[in-house]
This record gives sequence, structure tokens and C-alpha cells, in this order.
Amino acid sequence: MKQLDIKENRGLAAWVRRRPGVQAAGLLLPGLIAFGLFFVIPLLIVVGVSFTAKKAGTVDWTHWTLNNYVSLVTNFAGDFDPLYLNIFLRSLWFALLTTVICLLVGYPLAYFIARRGEKWRAALILLIMIPFWTNFLVRTYALQLIFRKEGLLNSLLLDGHIIKQPLDMMFTPGLVLFGLVYGYLPFMVLPLYASIEKFDFSLLEAAQDLGAGTFRTLRKVLLPLTMPGVVAGSILVFIPVVGSYVTSDLLGAQSSGTLMVGNTIENQFLKSQNWPLGSAMSLVLMAVVLLAIIIYFRVARGDKEGAAL
Amino acid sequence: MSAINYNDKPGQMNAAIVAKEQAAGHAQAGSAAQAISRPPARLALPAWLGNLLLKSNALVVFLVLYLPVVILIVFSFNSARSGVNWTGFSLDWYNKLLHDGNIGSAAIKTLIVAGFATVISTIIGTMTALALERHKFVGKVVFEGVMYLPIIIPEIVMGLSLLLFFRAVGVDLSLVTVIIAHVVFCIPFVAVIVRARLADFDRRLEEAAMDLGADELATFRKVTLPLLMPAIIGGAVMAFTLSIDDVIVTQFTAGVGSTTLPLYIYSQVRVGITPVINALSTIMLVASIGLVLTSLFLQRDPAGKKAK
Repeated sequence: MKQLDIKENRGLAAWVRRRPGVQAAGLLLPGLIAFGLFFVIPLLIVVGVSFTAKKAGTVDWTHWTLNNYVSLVTNFAGDFDPLYLNIFLRSLWFALLTTVICLLVGYPLAYFIARRGEKWRAALILLIMIPFWTNFLVRTYALQLIFRKEGLLNSLLLDGHIIKQPLDMMFTPGLVLFGLVYGYLPFMVLPLYASIEKFDFSLLEAAQDLGAGTFRTLRKVLLPLTMPGVVAGSILVFIPVVGSYVTSDLLGAQSSGTLMVGNTIENQFLKSQNWPLGSAMSLVLMAVVLLAIIIYFRVARGDKEGAAL
Repeated sequence: MSAINYNDKPGQMNAAIVAKEQAAGHAQAGSAAQAISRPPARLALPAWLGNLLLKSNALVVFLVLYLPVVILIVFSFNSARSGVNWTGFSLDWYNKLLHDGNIGSAAIKTLIVAGFATVISTIIGTMTALALERHKFVGKVVFEGVMYLPIIIPEIVMGLSLLLFFRAVGVDLSLVTVIIAHVVFCIPFVAVIVRARLADFDRRLEEAAMDLGADELATFRKVTLPLLMPAIIGGAVMAFTLSIDDVIVTQFTAGVGSTTLPLYIYSQVRVGITPVINALSTIMLVASIGLVLTSLFLQRDPAGKKAK
């Protein structure tokens, strides 16, 4: 950049060129406005609304209360049945299970793809990318075609005389979980693949030549060195799942065993018009997600250090 | 799938089993590692077994991923109005689709939103990436944190916060509010992709251009921009796809009369199955496969090769 000095220093371009601060400000301004106005301020409004009293379809800025947060914990559907707390726990549980299953299925898959020859690798990773880019709704809907009561699976099983009565698979937590894994598996495989592909596979041979068995090689060599992929994949799956509502809506139809926090928040805003309660729920959801990520990073880093010893 | 060319070299065979062991879970792998830390008891899976497990896992995953989609496509050509019995080949549903005014206008609205959202977010995202990678400024860490937040907070929170914001400032929900929302959630993705490329950028190329007499603008246009182009296109494709697929944020920010295609499909499949949706889904599937292939082709990086 020293060569700048010998150039002609005339005009607006030259004036800007001599001032990196002006350049930075110019480059930054659009993003700053976009995020300040349409992200930070809206979030602050959510915080504000979460402390107001309920008023259908609008916000009553004159009545302040903590009730929305209190009712998240104390709203009981029946005896010993804390309604919202259960929904939160279920969402977290679903998200955790989905992440773990995606990891257990996705890691061997990504490894398998990474060890193919160049042509097969390109073809197989394309087969993962296509569902990644395909409309999520369409893919979930395709599951409906198979699993609903009059769906393909039941009709095949009935025709084959394997079952006498159609199975009721829709609206079960198992199917919602399957739908979540089905929907988010590509989000796990792609970062895993990116990280395993960079791995130097001769290290595995080296470890084994030095006397490490299969499991030890895996735990002490492959896993720590591909940890960035594991972390990225887990985060890309966990976050959207914990706040999701489309899958549980289409495959679970908001039945009591499949209702997730996303459905509940959506209902507060688009149906029952209880904006303050919905705001409180979404802030708690956000806090839970951020907390989960922080804990996860701690654990993942600890794991890596432990394994490196 | 049976035609897969298994080209493992003998030396790699043993290694191929390792990933499958991963599936055995942390606790098990951990205790297994302890069990084998005594030198003589070295535990190694036979290579053929490991390979078999890896192959079957891959086969099952691909079958599960693609079978529902294939079934969806097949049934879009089924003449039956409902149910899963094959009653004959028919293009009726595609014909109905073409003459359905709601779907047509939803498709146009989706493309309008995606077009604006892609162009605006790609420009702002690229500028932001340049600012973050090449300049120091006060509050940079804070700005970075805030900017990447839309990636890590649940989409539903973004959607409802914008709904409350537009209500608070008295803006009626319309296609414009949808575009604004899409721009905001697309910018971080574009910025991440462009910034990754900027981090690997060889700045000597720019200095060389300026030594040869190019001014800053010419250097940017003829050197920096072409070298960044694959990442910018990648970011734009990402933004476009995020936008045309989005349900959640759109649902909160769309007003009456701004129904996009995903919103239309969502409202339909919530009620039940209609063959027209099968046909529409098939078209969208084909379109996204085309988009993936196009973006891979565009990102082939001719500029990068020339520069070397």
C-alpha cells in the first residue's frame, strides 16, 4: 500500500483513498443500518413487550408485569403437569436426540464419502447437497405421503397381509423425531465432510503402526482432528430444531406428545394473540439456545484437549 | 448403488472402520480405548467388517433420503385424486397447476422477494465482509457478534421480533416487509462466505496491479472483484435459496396478499394432501437441483486458476 503515495492525489477517489476510516465507514454503513434498525431494535422491542400485560392483537405499553415469565413456569395443564415447562423440555430433548442421531449416522457417512475416489466423492456429496438445498417443506410433505394412515407404507403392509389394521404413525413423537433427522441430516453431513476431507488419512496408519488399536486411533487421532466439523454440524442441527415448528406441525399436527416450543410461540402470535407471553417464551428460547451453544463449546474443547493428552 | 467403485488401498482398509466405531458412542469408545491401552490387547476390527458397516450405513441413508422424494415425484403423475393406488399416468395435476392463479401469483411473489433479497443482501454482505476483514474500527467485536446472531438465534425469534417492530412503527405488512426480513437474515450468510475467501486472499496481487499503474478503483474492479466472484456467487445462491424456501420468517412478516409459494404450500399441506401440491413440489425439486448444479458450475473458479 506504500505505492499509494506516488499516485496522483486528486479528486474524491484520492481523498477517500487517503482515509481508511472513511472507507471502513462507507463499507460498514449499510450493514450497520440494516442490523441496527431491523435486528437490534426489534429484539429490544421483544424484550419490552415480554414485560407488558396481555392485550389482544396489540401492545399495552402502560402496564408492566413479570407475569409472562412467571406463567412459563407455573402454568399447569393439570396436577403436576407444568404445561410450558414440559414443552420447553420436550423441544430440548427432541433437539438433543436429533443432533445425536444425525451425528451417529452422519459421521460414518461423511467418512465413507471422504474416502471414495474423486469422482464418487463428487457424486455422493452432490447427493447430500441436493436435499440440503431442496425446500424443507416439500421434503417433510413427502414423508406425510408415506406415513399417514392412508399412506403408502400402510397400504403396502395391508396389501402384503403383514398387518390387518392400518398403523397410526402420524402424530407420534417417533415420527416427528424421524422427520427432524430426515430434514436436518444434510446440515450435519456437509460440515463433517468438509472437515474429514481435509484430514490426512496417513495419520491413521501411523497411529496403528505405533500400536494403537482401531478404537484408540479413532478417539485419539480422527475425532480430535475433525472436531471443528462435529461442532459446526451439531450447531447447525441443534439450533433450527430447537425452535422448529413446521415438522412437528405437519407430522405431529400439534398433538400433545409432539408440541414444540416453536408451535407454542407461533400460536401466541398468529392465533391466540398473546404477544407478551410469546415474547417471553421466545426470549427464554433464545437464552436456552445461546447457553446450550456455550456449554457445547466448553465440552467440545475439553474433549479435544483431553483426547490430545 | 451396487456399482460403487470401492477403491480403498489395502493400507487404508483398516482405517475405514474407524468412523463406524464412532457410531458406537462416546462412552463406549472411551471405555474401549481404556481397555486397549494395555499393549498386548490391541483391538482392531477386521477391515472387511468395518467396510461393510460403512457401506450399509451409506446405502440406508441414501435410500431413506431419496425414497420419499422419488415417491412424491411418481405420485405427481398418478391420475388418482387421492390415495396411493396407481390408477394410470396423467399430467392432469400439472395442467391444473398451470391454470391455478393462486399458485402463479405466489410463484411470482416468491421470485420478486428472492430477487430483491438476493441482490441487496449480496451487496451489503460483501461490503460488510470487506469492512470486517480489511479494516479496524471501534466496536468491531460487538458488531461481529451482533451480525452473526441471526445465524445462531432461532428463526422464529427473528420473525416475531420484526412483526412486533413493524407493528410498533406502524408499517403495514406487505411484500416490502418480507423483503426487508429476508435481506437481514441473508446478509450474515453472504458475509461469512465472502469473508472466508477474503481471508485466503493474496493481497500481493492487488499491490502488483497498483504497481503496474492501476488506481484503487481499477484494482478493485479488475483484480479484487473477479477473485472474490466465486464466493460472491456462492453467497448469492445461498441467499436466493434461503429466501425462496423460507417459511418461518415470511409467515410473521407477510401481510394479506403477500403469500409466497412456501406459505401457500404450508397452508395447503396443513389441511391435507392434494395431488396439485405433489406436482408443485416436483417442479420445485427439479428447480433446486438445477440451482445446485448451476451454482457448482459457476463456482468453478476460472479467475483463481488464471491468477496462479
